[in-house]
Amino acid sequence: MSHSESHSLKQSDHHDESHGSVKSYLIGFVLSVILTTIPFYMVMSGDFSKVTTLWSIVTLAIVQIWVHLKYFLHLNFTTANGRASTFSFLFSALIIVMVVGLSVWIIYESNAMMMY
Amino acid sequence: MSTLSANVGSANLDSVSHDAHEHEHHDTSGDTVFGFWLYLMTDCLLFASFFATYAVLFMNTAGGVSGKDIFELDFVAVETAALLISSITFGFAMLAAQGQKKALTLTWLFVTFCLGAVFISMEIYEFHHLIVNGHGPQHSAFLTSFFSLVGLHGLHVTAGLIWMTIMMIEVAKRGLGKATITRLSCLSLFWHFLDVVWICVFTVVYLMGAM
Repeated sequence: MSHSESHSLKQSDHHDESHGSVKSYLIGFVLSVILTTIPFYMVMSGDFSKVTTLWSIVTLAIVQIWVHLKYFLHLNFTTANGRASTFSFLFSALIIVMVVGLSVWIIYESNAMMMY
Repeated sequence: MSTLSANVGSANLDSVSHDAHEHEHHDTSGDTVFGFWLYLMTDCLLFASFFATYAVLFMNTAGGVSGKDIFELDFVAVETAALLISSITFGFAMLAAQGQKKALTLTWLFVTFCLGAVFISMEIYEFHHLIVNGHGPQHSAFLTSFFSLVGLHGLHVTAGLIWMTIMMIEVAKRGLGKATITRLSCLSLFWHFLDVVWICVFTVVYLMGAM
């Protein structure tokens, strides 16, 4: 935690953090290539059980979204604009989880009821 | 620890005086970019409702094909690669623009445009292929929701490509002024945002569908 803090402070000493740098873009790119390759490999090879594959690809997708938000969209808690953007994203994420999650829940439950 | 908090304090002070300074000159570029970000968040909700529709309808194949029959993951992997690489090339275009390197900015924008065009061409080919083989959107609820969701993303990418063309002309003719950089920043957010949406599309639609 303190390491990442000092790192981001060091960055903002040199230039505005919201701009990013060649290094931060490359880190984000390498991470997202890895996080894309693994789920494609898991599904295409078919070596893993269905449950393992499903949970792995969902987890990896969430991690990859976080990588993109941090390294490409430069969301952060350190600048005023970054904070505003991050909180508006978190609010949208909450709404999305409610809209998608609850819709799917309701429809699947009613579908299950209809089968009886 | 005390040096760290001192640093945080001075950083905050800096940003406050910086804001005040910007306010004096009526510089609203930060507000413009933030406003555009808020638009993207509402766009997120549009995509979320399409995802919810797809999640509800994907099993209703009306006796026709399911995702397992029509998705070709090798093809999708190449599409994904094109979009992913275009993300970092746009990042390089932004860095070049902030360094006031006009030729380099135009080169990276052009590379990004080509990769986006590859993505869209492949998607049009995929849609055409499906429709020709009798799996058009009118055949089942699954196909309708699939075409809507992936097509909505494709339309956004197409809009991004048109916007990018306009920005390339603007950079070529007017150079990298403050207003141009602000517009490029908005396009950058748009482009990276579409990449985030594509992560959800390939995970939920293609990978889960082909499992």
